[in-house]
Amino acid sequence: MKGQFLSNKMAIVKNGIITQNPTFRLVLGMCPTLAVTTSAFNGLGMGLAATVVLICSNALVSLLRKVIPDKVRIPAYVLIIATFVTMLEMLLKKFVPTLYSALGIYLPLIVVNCIILARAEAFASMNKVGDSILDGLGMGLGFTCALTVIGFVRELLGAGTIFKGSLGSLEFGITLGSLPDYSLGILVLPAGGFLTLGLLMALINYIGDKNKEKKDKEHQEKLKKALEVAHEVEKSNKENTVKEEA
Amino acid sequence: MAKYIVSSSPHITSKTTTQKIMLDVIIALIPATIAAFLIYGLYPIFIMVLSVGSAVLAEWLFNLITKRDQSIKDLSAIVTGMILALNLPPVVPFYVPMVGSFFAILIVKMLFGGIGRNFANPAITARIFLMLCWAGVMTNFVKPIDLSDGMNLFSYFENIVNIKLPDAITSATPLAAVKEAIAGGANPAEGLSALDMFLGRIGGSAGEVSTLAVLIGACYLLVKRVIDWRIPVLYIGSTVVFTAIFFANSGYVGEYVWTYLLGGGLMFGAFFMATDYATSPKAPLAVTIYGIGLGFLTVIFRKFGSMNEGVSFAILLMNVLTPLLEKIVPRTFGVKSKWITNSQKIKEFFAKLGKKNKSEEKEAQNG
Repeated sequence: MKGQFLSNKMAIVKNGIITQNPTFRLVLGMCPTLAVTTSAFNGLGMGLAATVVLICSNALVSLLRKVIPDKVRIPAYVLIIATFVTMLEMLLKKFVPTLYSALGIYLPLIVVNCIILARAEAFASMNKVGDSILDGLGMGLGFTCALTVIGFVRELLGAGTIFKGSLGSLEFGITLGSLPDYSLGILVLPAGGFLTLGLLMALINYIGDKNKEKKDKEHQEKLKKALEVAHEVEKSNKENTVKEEA
Repeated sequence: MAKYIVSSSPHITSKTTTQKIMLDVIIALIPATIAAFLIYGLYPIFIMVLSVGSAVLAEWLFNLITKRDQSIKDLSAIVTGMILALNLPPVVPFYVPMVGSFFAILIVKMLFGGIGRNFANPAITARIFLMLCWAGVMTNFVKPIDLSDGMNLFSYFENIVNIKLPDAITSATPLAAVKEAIAGGANPAEGLSALDMFLGRIGGSAGEVSTLAVLIGACYLLVKRVIDWRIPVLYIGSTVVFTAIFFANSGYVGEYVWTYLLGGGLMFGAFFMATDYATSPKAPLAVTIYGIGLGFLTVIFRKFGSMNEGVSFAILLMNVLTPLLEKIVPRTFGVKSKWITNSQKIKEFFAKLGKKNKSEEKEAQNG
């Protein structure tokens, strides 16, 4: 009973990260995805910021789901989300000014991020608080992973660095020798965002299709075996009846 | 009894194959290749070998990895490689054509389903990709070699791996001079020789500099009916018209027209790249819009853009627009077009509105 409870909760988180990944599967929140992911660090920052807002707003929306009238639910959700975004913006401005300036306009735009609104509408307004928080965590981590991967690819090929960034006075990241001289500059430009996203999405769909084919094949083989067994049973039954008649 | 073959239509078959068409295009590209050799020495040929080699290798590898039938026999990868090499500046580092070919074949062509399914001309997309990656290298045009000046056919080979090419060997292209003239209001043709530009003794991309060589190849394609003559004619014609319109006030209309025609990649683009089967429309009206759009965009990009050349961007944009242009279907005979019925409705609406207003005015006057 307890194991099933845990696996149910894990399924909610996994759903957000893999099965219904907001970027690669649901294709939500494309605006920050394409604009911010010029480096892995920016992608990670954006993803985490969205995750924090998503968890908080999902929790509050879920708590208020019986209070908010149906007709004004969208303005109410936006108000809740905007409150958390404003708080987050002030916190980032105070403690991580480099990330704050790198994210620029896309930080306040989290308010209208489709993922957050979509999860409030599709999940938090119909489920209990605990599940909603887990859904926010899963979706947020899925978004963060996707943005970091896109940012990593674009940064590596487009600028020749790995995870370069700074937090306050702390500088980190690796510059790969003379690679920046030869890097594909287009990938850091907006066009490169579309290119990387499209190619990664194609790759993920390809892997998904392959897995599905494999499962289908296994399923069919199981069916075949079951049929064979059924045939044999039928045959032996017939033989038995023939013997009995004889 | 005689033997009859029973089969479904079509009953008339042509012996034309993709392979034969591609072979014709390769033959048509040979004059431009020879011109590049005569003007810049052996280096552009070396670039072309690299480009064609990596294009064929990319297609072969992709088919091998995804377990498809090998398609390199249709020669289209060779054509893409050749066109890409002729689109590059004569002297670029060795990795530039290789990256370009891999991008053209793998991403633009094979990932979208192979030959005939590419969304844009692979060579032109690769050229723009390279342009946005290494703008410095891609706008670095060398001087034509001059054997009497102590330069030999192997000149420029020391620049194979150099990412930032030395300035000493670069020369301004005619379009760069025209751009300066636009900014300064001077005569664009000053210091330019029409004969040099026609023969190709200027700076520019390897294959496009010699208008003569391009035209020889184009004639072969037109005679063999490989390409649709309407597209290059409309493209070049509309470029002339729009140049005349946009530069009407400059006082040098004639000079602008012939420098725009002979300088840059207009001829090469019009005959070899805008006519790509998969990415150009077929219906007459669509072809007209396509050709005029190409000319319009080229002049806009050349006059107002930050870059000197606009042919490749114009072709890419119109390529992407082609599926939309193909949707223009001729009106069925006897059916009123939407435009007419809509305009009639609008007329009726305004007529009603007018009557209402008049009656209101009358009421107001009476009141």
